[in-house]
Amino acid sequence: MSTPTEGAPAAPAAPKPIRIAPIVTPDAKTFWEACDREEFIGQKCGDCGQFVFPPRPMCPHCHSLNRQEVQLAGTGKVVSWTIPRHPPPFGFREAPVVAVIELAEGIRMVSNVVGIKPEDMKMDMEVEVGFEDTMNKHKVHVFRPRT
Amino acid sequence: MARTFTEAAIAGIGATEFSKESGRSELQLAAECAKSACEDAGVDPRDIDGMITFTIDNSDEIGLARCLGVKDLAYTTRIPGGGAAAAATIAQAMAVVNAGLCKNVLIWRAMNERSQYRFGQNPTNMQGYTGGHGTGSLLWCIPFGAMTPASWGALQAARYMHTYGITNADLAHVSVLERKYAATNPKAWFYGKPITVEDHQNSKWIQEPWLRLLDCCQESDGGVAILVTSLERAKDLRQKPVKITGACQSIPYNVEVISNFYHEDLTVMPEAQGTAKRLWAQTGLGPKDMQAAMLYEAFTPHLLMQLEAFGFCGKGEAAKFVKSGALELDGIIPTNTHGGLLGEAYIHGMNSMAEGVRQVRGTSVNQVTRRKVENVLVSSGMAGAVLSAV
Repeated sequence: MSTPTEGAPAAPAAPKPIRIAPIVTPDAKTFWEACDREEFIGQKCGDCGQFVFPPRPMCPHCHSLNRQEVQLAGTGKVVSWTIPRHPPPFGFREAPVVAVIELAEGIRMVSNVVGIKPEDMKMDMEVEVGFEDTMNKHKVHVFRPRT
Repeated sequence: MARTFTEAAIAGIGATEFSKESGRSELQLAAECAKSACEDAGVDPRDIDGMITFTIDNSDEIGLARCLGVKDLAYTTRIPGGGAAAAATIAQAMAVVNAGLCKNVLIWRAMNERSQYRFGQNPTNMQGYTGGHGTGSLLWCIPFGAMTPASWGALQAARYMHTYGITNADLAHVSVLERKYAATNPKAWFYGKPITVEDHQNSKWIQEPWLRLLDCCQESDGGVAILVTSLERAKDLRQKPVKITGACQSIPYNVEVISNFYHEDLTVMPEAQGTAKRLWAQTGLGPKDMQAAMLYEAFTPHLLMQLEAFGFCGKGEAAKFVKSGALELDGIIPTNTHGGLLGEAYIHGMNSMAEGVRQVRGTSVNQVTRRKVENVLVSSGMAGAVLSAV
């Protein structure tokens, strides 16, 4: 015999994240740890002021080891994108939009565009950063169309 | 004895059959194709003194040397970059022969890439993406579902296709041509199996809206080997010598293998442009001096981008160039006449270089006959070579 519950039923638990967690190398540790805190951090040279991505120990422009981790604006545009249909990639319930994003700071990175139908994807679309959960309680940067 | 500059030549080529299930180990495939290249040249495998392959090959240098009974190895190297390094093996073999370090350099690549593991599927381990493999930056792709060569290749090609208004249907002409060549090549997996533009357009999306199944190279089992020696010695051996007139690598700043999204202009392959510039400067030759080309095409758009990089046509014109018949046997630059990596097999570009040798020898099943073949370009993007008749 069931006992009637009082008040509103509990909300269903959010589905467990299935996205693969990033593989963190020593030179990328700061970037991914910031993502876990939902902070979007880029590497800027402490001497010549240029941004680089992927992160690296030495500035390729002036060879400085003086790295600065700075907050990125979190805005950019889509310079390339694709939808992996076959094989379906690990870590997604539906085919993701994979994109190369060029940030306002001039650096590029691979990410996803979320919150958009594939048929609405356009080159040069303006996007802004957000974060999504991965397995093992980490987060990665993703982008959504800029409102 | 003082060292002197020694001209290099290709004296032998060898291959196993190309299949989807070889039924034997990769080391056995390596040993079989290496022995076959030596027999082709008329060189005793025990006299090999240099061994060169490239990364993502599982067959071990010493393991292979032990199969062949190599007596006294003077040089080994394994070049990073996977398939992009295919033609770099020629450059390095040439260099060590030029420098007098080696007399008989074996280049090889053997893989059970269909039956034992699959390049086209999602990765089952990330070891290949760590440092020393030339593909370390792939780690930045994996959490976003960009897990296969086709996904990286599509991201690389999309900006080019978008900029020049090239649609997936335009790519069909590359696939149709390569399958036409393969259809008359008994060694090709797709021997006797030509396709139409409709077949291409009916094949499933791999990367929408850029690449369909028939835009992608095969997954193959097999092995290919090439024997490089001095030009002088090659003249005394079994086959007509194929001179290595020039060969080089080019990896410009901010370029990486396939996940190549960080350099300035995403509508070009800077590595192929760099290879072209260096190769044409080294040889004093240009696109008009080539009678055939073997261009690495894991995916159809990369063939277009290389045609432009080497100056066979202008920027953004390659799709129309292909459609015009320029890559046919009677065209401006017959290309991938064995059927390429789409039609013959995907032995990581090595089988295309062997076809370059056959065109210079005059022994291809799809031989260029309209002109005498003096020079053939072979390119794997990050490296290239000009192979010449003597």
